[in-house]
Amino acid sequence: MYPKEFNFTKDHEWVKVDGDTATVGITDFAQKQLGDVVYVELPAVGTRLDVHQTIGVVESVKAVSDIYSPVSGEVVAINEGLNDFPETLNQDPHGKGWIIRLRLKNKGDLEKLMTADDYEKFLEGLAP
Amino acid sequence: MNREPLIFEISSETKKGFTLPRLDVPEKNEALAGLPLREGISGFPQVSEVEVVRHFTRLSQANFCIDTTFYPLGSCTMKYNPKINEKIAGLAEFQNSHPQSPPGLVQGNLEVLKTLEDFLSEITGMDTATLQPSAGAQGELLGMMLIRACHEDRGDPRKIVLIPDSAHGTNPSSAHICGYRVQEVKSNEQGTIDLAALRQAMTEEVAALMVTNPNTLGVFEWDILEIAEIIHAKGGLVYMDGANMNALVGKFRPGDMGIDVIHLNLHKTFSTPHGGGGPGSGPVGVKKHLEPYLPVPIVEKGPSGYTLNFSRPKSVGRVRSFFGNFLVMVRALAYILSSGASGLKEIAEIAVLNSNYIRKSLEGVYHLKYTAPTLHECVFSDKLQREHGVRNIDIAKRLIDYGLHPPTMSFPLIVPGALMIEPTETESRRDLDQFIEAMKAIAGEAVETPEILKSAPHISPVRRLDETTAARNPVLRWEGPND
Amino acid sequence: MSYISLSDPDKKEMLARIGVSSPDDLFRCIPEGIRLKKELRLPQPLSEPELISHFRAIGRKNREGDHLSFLGAGAYRHYIPAVVDYLSSRGEFISPYTPYQPEVSQGTLQVIFEYQTLVCQLTGMEIANASLYEGASAAAEAVLMAERIKGRPKILVAGSLHPQYREVIRTYVKNISVRIEEIAPDTQGRIDIEALGRAVDNQTSAVVCQSPNFLGVVEDLDRVAEIARRHQALFVVIVAEAVSLGILKPPGAGGADIVAGEGQSLGLPLSFGGPYLGFMACRQDFIRQFPGRIAGETRDTEGKRGFVLTLATREQHIRREKATSNICTNQAWCALRATIFLESLGREGMRELAYQNIQKANYALDRLCSIKGVSRKFSGPVFNEFVLEFEGGYRKIENHLLRNGVLGGLALGPDYPGLEACGLFCVTEVHRKDDIDRLARLVAEAVR
Repeated sequence: MYPKEFNFTKDHEWVKVDGDTATVGITDFAQKQLGDVVYVELPAVGTRLDVHQTIGVVESVKAVSDIYSPVSGEVVAINEGLNDFPETLNQDPHGKGWIIRLRLKNKGDLEKLMTADDYEKFLEGLAP
Repeated sequence: MNREPLIFEISSETKKGFTLPRLDVPEKNEALAGLPLREGISGFPQVSEVEVVRHFTRLSQANFCIDTTFYPLGSCTMKYNPKINEKIAGLAEFQNSHPQSPPGLVQGNLEVLKTLEDFLSEITGMDTATLQPSAGAQGELLGMMLIRACHEDRGDPRKIVLIPDSAHGTNPSSAHICGYRVQEVKSNEQGTIDLAALRQAMTEEVAALMVTNPNTLGVFEWDILEIAEIIHAKGGLVYMDGANMNALVGKFRPGDMGIDVIHLNLHKTFSTPHGGGGPGSGPVGVKKHLEPYLPVPIVEKGPSGYTLNFSRPKSVGRVRSFFGNFLVMVRALAYILSSGASGLKEIAEIAVLNSNYIRKSLEGVYHLKYTAPTLHECVFSDKLQREHGVRNIDIAKRLIDYGLHPPTMSFPLIVPGALMIEPTETESRRDLDQFIEAMKAIAGEAVETPEILKSAPHISPVRRLDETTAARNPVLRWEGPND
Repeated sequence: MSYISLSDPDKKEMLARIGVSSPDDLFRCIPEGIRLKKELRLPQPLSEPELISHFRAIGRKNREGDHLSFLGAGAYRHYIPAVVDYLSSRGEFISPYTPYQPEVSQGTLQVIFEYQTLVCQLTGMEIANASLYEGASAAAEAVLMAERIKGRPKILVAGSLHPQYREVIRTYVKNISVRIEEIAPDTQGRIDIEALGRAVDNQTSAVVCQSPNFLGVVEDLDRVAEIARRHQALFVVIVAEAVSLGILKPPGAGGADIVAGEGQSLGLPLSFGGPYLGFMACRQDFIRQFPGRIAGETRDTEGKRGFVLTLATREQHIRREKATSNICTNQAWCALRATIFLESLGREGMRELAYQNIQKANYALDRLCSIKGVSRKFSGPVFNEFVLEFEGGYRKIENHLLRNGVLGGLALGPDYPGLEACGLFCVTEVHRKDDIDRLARLVAEAVR
């Protein structure tokens, strides 16, 4: 169900690594919890982020959720398409709904994250 | 039913509206000299009085309101608004009174202010009060400012305010605007403040605890005296959000519970109308040690009448212009005079009776996450109905089809899918039973015909509205062809 | 008087269903030690007729109504069409809650949408909110908003901004790292452009000025905007007398980024200071930093147009400590009155109303300044308020007027050192020629 090549956080972010670049988004579980996304607040390109530092904010009609960076690095790209089509986050959270791309500072950050299997088990354990 | 057009859609340039008397002074072009003038107000409507009357009368008919409908909105205290209070607030001496008038000429108004301050102090068990804040949130902000001024005056500025996880959103917002860092304190399994968590969180860096009592679950903070002691022992102050005062009036006083400062909502406990979103009024009561910091001016009574004291060196300043929402205060004062001590006591007793009656009738029908005894409100959730794919919003929208306003939803945050119900004391048995029967019917529909809930409401002037598109592509005003 | 609707049998049956014998049993969850042992010390309850007598007696202690008044200074006496009281007093407008359930609140929501549009039209701005409390705190919210947007520590505020508004701004910024610098008015009564030019820099979040200002003078907004723009500071315009927008060039056309102020002039009685009506409008770009409730247009499931409160994620009940403001209950019913007022007057009525204010104030200025010893203090153009300077001081003029049943302009000494001999006079359409002539006659007497 969750892509095997992704890593996950307890705050429902995913990260996919390609060489030095990490792509970050929120999981399908997160987008379902939020409901229809109406706005995504994106950081500026060049922003330096530490692990668990706030990347930005996702807003639905009745809720607001901070997005935390799973890894440390520098923002090299942001998904500007989300400005005009925030619904992409709901429709394709693991693909076209990516939020930022970072130049990875420390590959070791990945070790602290969950695998897809771990994340699925984690979801099962959550209170309804 | 035809939807009422926007006034701009029925406007036309040569229609005649309100007429002023003819100008009775000589007209001079020089009067306009040097003034930057506009061509006219682009797009502004031009309609007749008849069109105005029909427009607003028809619009009003699309509203639910207390005068027609039961509003069991938890934490809002939507009680009946007495009509005599409208008449009193409408007296010309109050309506036409200019706020810059010399105090000697407005002794009646100053008497209203001082009397209401004294009554609210008596009701809350505080030493004195200010009526300046325009609503509860502004009262909260002022309360936080008073606390901050007090600590700074003691040479001990502190950085943190503790707030229970069940608190209303204005609490952390007000604390933040005041420059404090907010730290959440967890509730225990009864839904009240966890004493151990509080003891751990309370340090000499904490300026205050903001507590709502009874809390947003309708549960009385049984340990309030100990809670206050924990905060005071390390030099902190206790702020009480008085939104739920309807459960306590005449029977208990926050001043007796260790509270240092409290705000009240006149548009809740004290019956002033909600007006579709205000005006309200948020007086703040304080104990003596916070009195020096109150906003100016202070109304004082002396041998030659009432005066205004602006000379208060430790005052935090003003939070708004003039004296506050004066005509709202007039209504609240009338309400207190009309109720008396015995009346206020009865209000709390029946508010609590009505709420417990609803709770007892719906236990088992809806899930009650916290089972501690509740006072004037109770919080159910949609947990049982979720098994059929029905959420609290669907239950709420279906209640509209039964001619009832939904309860408060999705709050407090510690109850997922919350339905917060506060009937108030002015509802009749018939209205309460009608609500109970509707809620039971809806619970049945959730099992048998959940679709009818998800597509509700069916009989309101509009069906369920698309709030997502409204937020994604905001259209916040009418635009004419020239805009 | 009681508004309880339960009969004794009702109470009995309800208690029985709950399983207790008296309402007091339901309070057993409260420690006995805290219970009030005696009744509150309040007067005996009054019935309706007694209440009316009681308040009429209090009202009679106000002697202000016996006077012809020329007070303004942030609160303005205007005619209010009969339909405003009549329509706004409907239970369907007075007694509903905030329109969080839009399907049953379309009346309230459409009114808010029309109100927002009217405010945009009056101010020449792109978006407006559903109301704030009143002018002073609206000005403070505008300052906080400007600081959120620009993130710079300095705010330049005109000394001719209403003294109470300046006080409230200072109270609100006390606890954040913002400093206020005041720019005094020049001899024309306008913000000193040279001084402003020297003070603006890249540490400035906003320049705040009022027009017409507290001294009655209409500012040259274009010039102030140009200076603010030199360092990309925001231009915040405050309007305390909203009727002026019926004829004066709107702040939006003068380069304002945020407009805030007081809507009391638009259909609200003087009310001894409240409830009034704060308004705010701004550029579309700033929407996410904009405080206050906002109504938006949308469709229902059948495609019918409807209105909802929207962009709620800016607000306290969702954003909590990161909200753009802590405001919850605002002034919706006052905004309703303003909407009825504005739609009754219409484009032509608003212009005529503003025009009459200008002409009457001008007539008063001519009559008064022709009196020896009375002069116009500031040469800048005025709307309906002006400052007069009195050769022998203002105190004796004020007293003479009072003894003859007239309330003169506000004495400016307390708020403006240097203006001790001055009064701020307000003349609106409600003043008849006779009233102005009477004022002039009494002033001439007093000056002798």
